[in-house]
Amino acid sequence: MASTYETVAGIISETCDIELDKITPESHAINDLGIDSLDFLDVAFAIDKAFGIKMPLEQWTADVNAGKFKTEDFFVLKNLCANIDSLVAAKA
Amino acid sequence: MRLEYFQMIDRITALDVPGKRIETACAVPDQSPVFEGHFPGYPIMPGVLLIETMAQTGGWLVLATQRCEKMPFLMQVEKAKMRSFVAPGQALVGTAELLHEGSGYAVVKASISAGGKKMCDAEIRYGVVPFPNDTLKAAMLETATRVGLPEEFHHGA
Repeated sequence: MASTYETVAGIISETCDIELDKITPESHAINDLGIDSLDFLDVAFAIDKAFGIKMPLEQWTADVNAGKFKTEDFFVLKNLCANIDSLVAAKA
Repeated sequence: MRLEYFQMIDRITALDVPGKRIETACAVPDQSPVFEGHFPGYPIMPGVLLIETMAQTGGWLVLATQRCEKMPFLMQVEKAKMRSFVAPGQALVGTAELLHEGSGYAVVKASISAGGKKMCDAEIRYGVVPFPNDTLKAAMLETATRVGLPEEFHHGA
């Protein structure tokens, strides 16, 4: 069974046409991988479907804008995957 | 339909928010400047306007789901298929099913039929955001009343 990171990296690679070996757990989805807002919509939809969750993107954005968190806390892939794992665990 | 105003939906004929489904009625006008150009001697509804009709059908479902608290804006169209030409004067039935309601976005599967025959379909994705101003919100609520969106779904106003 694929890990959360493997699933997310696969989604990003396929959705955004980025070579898998260019994606690492330390990659920032927007700053490093260059994923724009429209492609991120595709990625978010695919992740929500794959894990049966609803990532609270609006809350994350609000928290970053309010200075409570940095974009790295949500969009660096290892952190994104940790958040996905938390959402999956909360659903169970 | 008022093609020149991009008001494609005449009436919401069925709405099932828990069931994530909507149905609309859209009457193609007999005459319009649109048909004079598209095409001379062979008037047919432009495919992009059929896509807009599907987007508005799904958009009303998203608005109802949001109780008109947020506005859906068309972001993406996937696999739009124009299966048959639509002629002036045809009575269209729009349907949409909400596939996924994400945070700040929504995805519907929509189609248009005429006389029981599917004319086109597409998967449509919206960015769902707070209304950018009160003018648009007021206009959408007025349109909601005109097309028959039940009052209970205006409660975000």
